[in-house]
Amino acid sequence: MRVSRIARPRAVVLVAAVGLLVSACGGAKVGDSPSGSGAAAPAKKACGAVNIAINPWVGYEANAAVIAYVAEKELGCQVTKKDLKEEVAWQGFATGEVDAVVENWGHADLKKKYIEDQKVAVELGTTGNKGVIGWYVPPWMAEKYPDITDWKNLDKYAGLFKTSESGGKGQILDGDPSFVTNDAALVKNLNLNYKVVYAGSEAALITGFRQAEAQKKPMIGYFYEPQWFLSEIKLVKVNLPAYTDGCDTDAAKVACDYPPYALDKIVSKKFADSGSPAYGLVKNFTWTNDDQNLVAKYISEDKMTADDAAKKWVTDNPDKVKAWLPTS
Amino acid sequence: MTATVAVRRPAWSRPYLLGGILAAWVLLWIAFRGQATLPLGGAELTPLHERISQAANAIDDSRNSNPFFLYFINYIRLFIDEFVTLVQSMISRPSFGRPVPVIGWLGVVGIATAVAWLYGNLRVALLTLAGFVSFGLLGLWQESMDTLALTLSAVVLSLAVGIPLGVWAGLSDRFNRLVNPVLDFMQTMPTFVYLAPLTLFFLIGPASATVATMIYAIPPAIRITAHAIREVPGATVEAGTSLGSTPWQLLSKVRLPLAKRTIVVGVNQTIMAALSMATIAALIDAPGLGKTVLKALETLDVGTSFNAGLAIVIMAIVLDRVTSAAGRRVETAHRAGRARGPLWRRVQVAVVLAVMAVLVYLSYVYVWAAEFPGEADAGSYVRRAADAASQWAQTNLYTYTNGFKNLVTYGLLNPFEAVLTGSPWWLVLLVVTVTALVLATVRVAVVCAVCLALLVVLGLWQDSMVTLAATLVATVLVMALGIAVGVWMGRDDRADRVIRPVLDAGQTMPAFVYLVPILGLFGATRFTAIIAAVVYAAPVATKLVADGIRGVSASAVEAATAAGSSTWQTISKVQVPMARSAVTLAASQGLCYVLAMVVVGGLVGAGALGYDVVSGFSQLQLRGKGLAAGLAIVVLGTMLAALTKAAARRADAAAHGRS
Repeated sequence: MRVSRIARPRAVVLVAAVGLLVSACGGAKVGDSPSGSGAAAPAKKACGAVNIAINPWVGYEANAAVIAYVAEKELGCQVTKKDLKEEVAWQGFATGEVDAVVENWGHADLKKKYIEDQKVAVELGTTGNKGVIGWYVPPWMAEKYPDITDWKNLDKYAGLFKTSESGGKGQILDGDPSFVTNDAALVKNLNLNYKVVYAGSEAALITGFRQAEAQKKPMIGYFYEPQWFLSEIKLVKVNLPAYTDGCDTDAAKVACDYPPYALDKIVSKKFADSGSPAYGLVKNFTWTNDDQNLVAKYISEDKMTADDAAKKWVTDNPDKVKAWLPTS
Repeated sequence: MTATVAVRRPAWSRPYLLGGILAAWVLLWIAFRGQATLPLGGAELTPLHERISQAANAIDDSRNSNPFFLYFINYIRLFIDEFVTLVQSMISRPSFGRPVPVIGWLGVVGIATAVAWLYGNLRVALLTLAGFVSFGLLGLWQESMDTLALTLSAVVLSLAVGIPLGVWAGLSDRFNRLVNPVLDFMQTMPTFVYLAPLTLFFLIGPASATVATMIYAIPPAIRITAHAIREVPGATVEAGTSLGSTPWQLLSKVRLPLAKRTIVVGVNQTIMAALSMATIAALIDAPGLGKTVLKALETLDVGTSFNAGLAIVIMAIVLDRVTSAAGRRVETAHRAGRARGPLWRRVQVAVVLAVMAVLVYLSYVYVWAAEFPGEADAGSYVRRAADAASQWAQTNLYTYTNGFKNLVTYGLLNPFEAVLTGSPWWLVLLVVTVTALVLATVRVAVVCAVCLALLVVLGLWQDSMVTLAATLVATVLVMALGIAVGVWMGRDDRADRVIRPVLDAGQTMPAFVYLVPILGLFGATRFTAIIAAVVYAAPVATKLVADGIRGVSASAVEAATAAGSSTWQTISKVQVPMARSAVTLAASQGLCYVLAMVVVGGLVGAGALGYDVVSGFSQLQLRGKGLAAGLAIVVLGTMLAALTKAAARRADAAAHGRS
């Protein structure tokens, strides 16, 4: 601001000269403050910069958007969002460039490396979201073949799921390589006449399910909730042998369903020790799957920007937000 | 050129030998099917993979104590960060306490158009004007400038490093031999493999994105510069030497000026390579259009990602045409000297620069010239149209596309894959080595044998064979398409004009944009991966074939027509055989481009090496395997390149009638 004010007299002369050449040019100048906005930013207690990693799925983005919005508006923080895959985001704890990961799915290996070994990150409790992983079929199949949701009947329908990729067996479509999958072991240990085909991305899975429902085509695949797509098509989960504590310890011998995931928050040690009010916010942040699904729907279906979606939800839920704010 | 294929050695023996090898392979495959096929499950690791993982971890951990990082990497990072931030503050990021960049949209449009005019010509200047304005109209001005800033920074740094190294490689055979395999490695190693480690060394930010881009963009700069220096006629250099020039004078007064035209081609290729990294770099938080594409993919928003992809295509076409025009200008200037008087040129330059300065100034001062006015949002139409088109195709074409997929998969891919993956590894090694002996030289055969043995060592034999099968099928499709369309374009200038932009789009549109539509059409299958590879690789092959066909002497075609040949005969008996070396080049380039898409294939159902690389990037415990898979892709590339190079030499020799 100061620079432009000093430069103004000279600028006026130049503009006048140029104005002779370029007629009818004018308008607001860069650096002019729009009227009335001067008093809008109240002085909050120092929060400073917060770097939140944005992992590439919409549910995560919903968490991050709401936290970032509240941190900026209520605590006066300067939030930087960094679009990163999980592993790169965790690396950011070590290099000091990421302060918070706000929806973490398990990742025991990363926890060991960065929390236990390197001690650069700390766990900060659950987000309140419950993660479910499993095998799903499109709704039309569950309606037409009601008993398909029991794994014992899967072999009966294996023929339906044959594709050009599955070599004569039924195809189970596995998805995003970021997620841990036991599916190959499951098929083997449950003795199913299926073959796991690696789709390789979430986009491939969702497109597959979308086509399967639209064209009434058989499909069974790996999926998870909360996920925005489930509000578009309510996939039906197939029940595998129930999960019991420790039944998945030996990855090669797994013969049970995936464990329920309590999704949690991880922050860098540096951030935890900083005493920033944003740390209190991340620590207190918790909401339900329905909350997340709503914000995710704003982003994915209503095509709102993450910021607008967060603003809408925060405005509609002032009480929940108030509970997150650090008291001190 | 007129003599067609001159017969060397008893040529009849080769097809029979190859047929014999093939028959023997199939017989042995039946006998030994399923033995020693070395499979490895999705989550399984070999001791080697674990060792690689541990080594990578050890490097991670030593980051803060190792002087190499403390004193070398850190300074490089600081320098690159500063440089990129400077460029960004000029055109894309709020800077120096202002809410907008130093130069607004009007100024950038002015500079780009002026540069295109002064270094190219009026036509590319108009194209540049239209292209840059369209970024704003699509509603993507800010994102486009972010991408442009990062691309240009990476290109400038690549050239600053690449041209001197290229000159060195051009002058020194030893350095050239040393650097060539390194460049091969840099070009074929999938970016996914080194993306995560890069952020550890260069941190999350402009430096990592720039270095990732440079690794892919430097090789063409070095290679083409070296080639340009080598192409300078020896007689000219000798003349310079005999006139008493020092080595430095020889370089700056003789070699570099004569090589300038080819070096401009290198600049062009460097720009294209850098731009093709825009989407991948977004995976480590590089700002720009790539981010828009990836974000849209999360919600399968085809319209939005197409819109951003379109901006990337436009940027690529503008940059390509401007540098090509600049290259042609250098050539004309070199051939004819100055066409117009220096006075006229000076007036033109002065006027263009003055107008540009005024525009830059306006965009510095006024908001309307700094921020692109948002009213004219053509982007929403593009988004809706792309959405509608994708929807329509997925609903209506599915039956046909699925049928086509099944035809190719069951008819071509599955049998081929069955033989490759079902054979014991030693049988494949034997067959390939003997084939290389028959087709090429002992050296090539040794290279092939070593490469295949390496695949066994890497523990990814079966995955490699699955990838190899898909790669070869994709290359066959690329060549079928490339020859058909290339011949058409080569014979018909109007077709060329219409098709060429489509090819440019296929080559530069980020694959992430069309993943969703092709997944909808073909499902998550190996064939979908093949389609993605064909979309990317066929344009290159087509362009090379078209250029080759156009290069066939008109008199040969006339003679054939006069002798009563039908169109088909002219094509199949005269034009294609005479363009043989171009066709072989197209095949080898097509193969390279297909291999470059292996990782993208892993995202759409190809499994095998591509999936291994992607999951290595995504899961810590699979990191070693991902690295090994990246190496396996490099090894496959090396082997296939050795084979196609030998074939190209043979075709060249045949085309020139030498034995």
